[in-house]
Formats: sequence, C-alpha cells, structure tokens
Amino acid sequence: MRRVYPNKDVCIGCHICEVACLTAHSASQDVVIAAKEEVASGLQPCKAVYDKGQISVALSCRHCDNPSCVSACISGALYKDQETGRTCYNEEQCVGCWSCLMACPYGAVRRNVTKGKIIKCDLCEGRDIPACVEACPNNALVYESR
Amino acid sequence: MLFKPISQNFSDFVIDRENDRCINCEVCVRQCSYEAHYWDDARQCVSHDHTKCVGCHRCEAFCPTGCLTIKKNPADFRDNALWTPTYMKHVYKQGDTGGILLSGMGSPANKPIYWDNLQLDASQVTNPSIDPLREPMELTTYLGSKPDQVSFEETPEGPKLTTKIGPQLKLNYPLMFSAMSFGSINLNLHKAMAMAATELGIAYNTGEGGLHPDLYKYGNNTIVQVASGRFGVHKDYLNAGSAVEIKIGQGAKPGIGGHLPGEKIDEEVSKTRMCPVGSDAISPAPHHDIYSIEDLLQLIYAIKESTEYKVPVSVKIAAVHNAPAIASGIVRAGADIVVIDGFRGGTGAAPTMIRDNVGIPMELALASVDNRLRDEGIRNHASLVVAGGVRCSADAIKAIALGADAVYIGTAALVSVGCTLCGRCYTGKCPWGIATNEARLKKRQNPEVAAKRLANLVRAWGHEIQEMLGGMGLNSIESLRGNRDKLRGLGLNETELDILGVKHAGR
Ligand code: SF4
Ligand code: SF4
Ligand code: SF4
Ligand code: SF4
Ligand code: SF4
Repeated sequence: MRRVYPNKDVCIGCHICEVACLTAHSASQDVVIAAKEEVASGLQPCKAVYDKGQISVALSCRHCDNPSCVSACISGALYKDQETGRTCYNEEQCVGCWSCLMACPYGAVRRNVTKGKIIKCDLCEGRDIPACVEACPNNALVYESR
Repeated sequence: MLFKPISQNFSDFVIDRENDRCINCEVCVRQCSYEAHYWDDARQCVSHDHTKCVGCHRCEAFCPTGCLTIKKNPADFRDNALWTPTYMKHVYKQGDTGGILLSGMGSPANKPIYWDNLQLDASQVTNPSIDPLREPMELTTYLGSKPDQVSFEETPEGPKLTTKIGPQLKLNYPLMFSAMSFGSINLNLHKAMAMAATELGIAYNTGEGGLHPDLYKYGNNTIVQVASGRFGVHKDYLNAGSAVEIKIGQGAKPGIGGHLPGEKIDEEVSKTRMCPVGSDAISPAPHHDIYSIEDLLQLIYAIKESTEYKVPVSVKIAAVHNAPAIASGIVRAGADIVVIDGFRGGTGAAPTMIRDNVGIPMELALASVDNRLRDEGIRNHASLVVAGGVRCSADAIKAIALGADAVYIGTAALVSVGCTLCGRCYTGKCPWGIATNEARLKKRQNPEVAAKRLANLVRAWGHEIQEMLGGMGLNSIESLRGNRDKLRGLGLNETELDILGVKHAGR
C-alpha cells in the first residue's frame, strides 16, 4: 500500500504540510477560513512537524501493518481496513481515553482537546495525492509503496 | 526605529502583510533568515521589521495564504540626478562602518546590454528554414584545440584521419554551468550541477574550492578549476575532471582575489579546500607564480604533464581593456580553451565599487578577442567560451554568432533553482539555500529537485536554440559560430558596430 514517507534530510521545517492538512480537512476548503474560524470549533491538522537543531521531520500516522493503537483502542474506534490496509478511525466511537496515544510508537496520534477525542491521519480520504505531499515545497514527503 | 543608527532605518523594502488574510502560521518567520518576521508576544501575532528585509521574496513565495507582498520602499528622497538613493545609502553605510562596500551577484548598474541591440536573421523564400522537430539539428560542441590542417589516408574501408587531434571536451549543448565554488554555494547545489551536467552530457565547473570526494564519480562532466589560492588542488583532483581551468580573473571583480569568510568553512568545505575549519580562505589577486605569459605557459604545461595530455586546459580571464592581446598570449602559451568573463558575471562577494566600475561588456570583449585570434591565424588553436550575463537562449545564440564556441551560465542556473538576485550572497544567509553552508538553510536545496530544474533549463534553451537555428536555415550550431552576418545592430553607433563586426539593421 502507498504511505506518506517523510525525508528528514530535505525537510526544511516550514510547516506548510500542517497548513495543507488543516485546509484539506476543513469544511470550507479555504486556508484562511479554516485557520481563522474552523480551528476555533475544533479543526486540527493530523500532521505535526518536529524541529530539533538542524533536523525537522513531519510525522503522521504510519498506517502500521500491526498497529499498536488498534490493539490498545478500548472502543473499536480504531480499526484496520483489510482491503486498503489503512488504519482507520471512527470519530463517533472514540471516547477520548488516550490509550492509543500512549500505544503509538511514533507519537502520531494527537489529542483534539476541543472535541475530547483523538485526531489522526486518514491519508486524505478522497484525494489522489495527500494534501501534505502535494504542498511540500521540497519533496520532503513522498507518497509511495515500499 | 529605536536602538538603531538612524541611517539603517532607510530601508530598501517594505513588508506588506494583509492582516485579514494572515493566519499567523509563522511560515514567514521560519523562512526569513534575516529575522525580518517575528512572533510578536505583546500583540500575540506575527509582525515584522522592514529594515531587516533584503528583498529576497522567500516569505512571499512561501506564505500559504498569499497575504505577503514585498515592495520597494516608496519613501522618496528629493529628486537629484547626481545623488540617487543608491549613492546616498552607500555613504550612510560607510559612515556607520568605515569599511569597503560589499555586494553579491552581478552588477545591477544600468550599463549597455548589447544583446538587446542585436537582432537575429531568418530565412525567407530563397533559403528554406528547417523544422528541428522533423530534421536533425546538431548542437554537439567540442571544446579544445583544432589542428591547422587534417590529413587522411586511403584504406579499404574508406578514408581514415591520420592527423592526431588534441583532447576535446564534448558537450551535447553549447552550454555549461559556470564556476561557482563549493563554499560559496553548498554541496547540495554542486551535486545538483554534477547530476544535471551528467544527465545532459555537458559540463559544470567546480570553481576554485576543490572537488568533494562524493562528486568524483561525475568527473566526465566536470571541469576542475585551479585558482590563485590553489584550494583543494592535488594530482587526483586535476585528473578527476574532463578539463582543467586556470582561473586568472573573474568578470565581477577583475584584478582582485577572493575571500571566503571563515563562517562558511565548515568541516566538509575545510576537507575539500584543504584549509582549517573556520579560517578565512583568501585567494590572492594574482597567482604568485604567474607574472608573465611565459609563467602562464609553465603552469599550463605543468598541468598538461600531470594530466598526461588527456584533457584540454582552459584559461579564464575577466573582460578587460586589453583582453584581445591577453587572449592571444594565452593561446600562444598553449591553452586549449580561453574563457572571457564579462563585467556582468555573478559573484558570491565582491567590493561594490569594483563590481560596478571595472571591466567591459562581454559582448565587446568576445567580438574583439575573436577578431584578434582570427587576424593572427590562431583562432583554431583554442576554443572560445564566454561567461557573464547570458539571460536566455537568444543571448547565448547571439554570443555564438559573435564567435563563441560555448557559453557558461551561472546566474541563470541559480535563478532556475530559486535565486531572486537579492544580492546578499556574501552574508552566508541565503534564504533560498543557495549561497549558504548553514545546515538548516542549505537543506532548502534538495539536490534531486535542483538537478531536475537545471536540466530542464538547459533542455529548454536547447530547444529554443534549435528553433532559432532552423529559422535561419542552419542545421548545425557549427554553421553559426562566428557567423556575424546573421546579426544586425539596432541603435548602435559606428564604433560599436565596428567592434562587434555587425552591420546596422537595414543594411
Ligand atoms: S495524508 Fe492527509 S491526513 Fe494524513 S497527514 Fe497528510 S494531509 Fe494530513
Ligand atoms: S512541508 Fe515538507 S519541508 Fe515543510 S515541514 Fe512539511 S515535510 Fe518538511
Ligand atoms: S506566512 Fe503568511 S499567513 Fe503565515 S504568518 Fe506569515 S504572513 Fe501570515
Ligand atoms: S528578507 Fe526575504 S524572507 Fe525576509 S522579509 Fe525580506 S523578502 Fe521576506
Ligand atoms: S544566491 Fe541567494 S543570496 Fe545570492 S542573490 Fe540569489 S537568493 Fe540572494
């Protein structure tokens, strides 16, 4: 399956992928409205760029083959789609226990404090190329199968 | 503004942020290496300081909402034809610092650009034009000394060349990437140039900073340079490339040497240059072993000996008043390629006064050098390459019609990977990740992306050159070399036309 892979050697830490993820998951699909208005009602990017010294790297769900988050989830909100191979998330069912947060070895699951639920990469359901990959100005994110 | 000498507040640019659209994402803050944008804690939003902006447009290009515009500061001084703001700001700066004014990139001064006064010819009726998409169109170029005459012998398989031809540098396009040293630009770009040159079948020039061990594998498409500082020069280096270039002068700063500040000498640069980390790398103005053409001859032959006469040796000079006589001496000293670098050539750092006031236009130097070598009957002994101020394929093809065998492109190559000619290369903080060795900044050039852009540029120019050649009814770049009848001057005076060796349009 195709996944989004970050390349820390060329990631310049611009955080544009975060803005792209946010916009792609907004109701308005407009960067300004998404960031100024929708964020207030709980919109959040699934991607987070971590910077330390010279290194920056953009992290999001790895869609692991044997996902620890799925094993840890107490409500069945996280599950593996056998057909696509993606690790999926059903927000309705999430009870905000943060078990998955602690289980994910990549720290890729994040809290959505406004909603009291988690937020996680869905590989941009419905887009051919994930938003973060398309927006990255330095090819530091690639969408491919390895 | 507070806490600054008054003169520093005459900023060149203003940062215009459309606050309605700004989402405070801080992308601009992270991109600006001059810290002109910052997070304003008091106001809890992103803010800026115009006076720090150098006008590189990085933030504008990266702002995800498109709410930034970098504008020229509209604040006007009283009109004065003599004392323009440029000269006043120079004086303010020197009043503050007491130092030499430094600049990066080629001269922006408003001096004649002869390319703009030359028009190309095209075929009509009597000699049909050629469509390069349907018929072969040869751009292959060989740089090196050509024999005075050739002899053949008859063999059962047909005639066979018996003349021994000296070493040649083969190029698939009459274009090469100019000398830009590792140190002045970073390894990512050196790698990108090497990869692009290899893919295209042309050559790039290492510049005077030596060759990084990782790049030896691109040797077939590399010209290794030997300059007055002799940085990184050793036997393996000389033998790593497909040509060796002795750099005597540079168009942007004729008559003076180079100075790579210690801050730019990191571990890798230090290893490659063979000089200590953090120490300034100074290239003296002259080569201390060259004070005459005879001395130059010795160096040329020392290099030929150490490379076993397998590669052509090139000598590069800045375009100065006596360029034709000097070029003649260089050819007679045994150089296989002569490079003339015009006064618009780029640089990582040059004293502003020298950059803007020393040297002559490459177009004039090229025409007069070509004339001189022809008059003396030695034009075939060396190829002629020009550098400095070629902006497009039309400039390049005009240079070839004026007599050049090939053209070096430096500034155009950098622009293709993002350079906006902000002219602050000497600070080492290039926001586009070009003229910098800072670990965080140099990452902004992904070698794969940059190599692709460089290759695209050369291919695009190649197509255009083929179109223009076809339009003139020529099917090979060879038929245009020095063919000045294909050029006409526009708005040039008698002296200029005479030097360029072209007729005025209408004649
Ligand atoms: S793939 Fe889509 S959802 Fe996942 S991090 Fe990238 S932009 Fe966000
Ligand atoms: S957009 Fe690309 S370069 Fe910028 S932070 Fe994200 S991964 Fe890194
Ligand atoms: S990059 Fe643009 S939107 Fe983001 S803080 Fe800067 S000006 Fe505002
Ligand atoms: S120096 Fe460049 S990045 Fe910084 S504010 Fe000016 S144009 Fe923007
Ligand atoms: S190389 Fe960088 S610093 Fe130099 S002019 Fe270009 S953008 Fe500016």
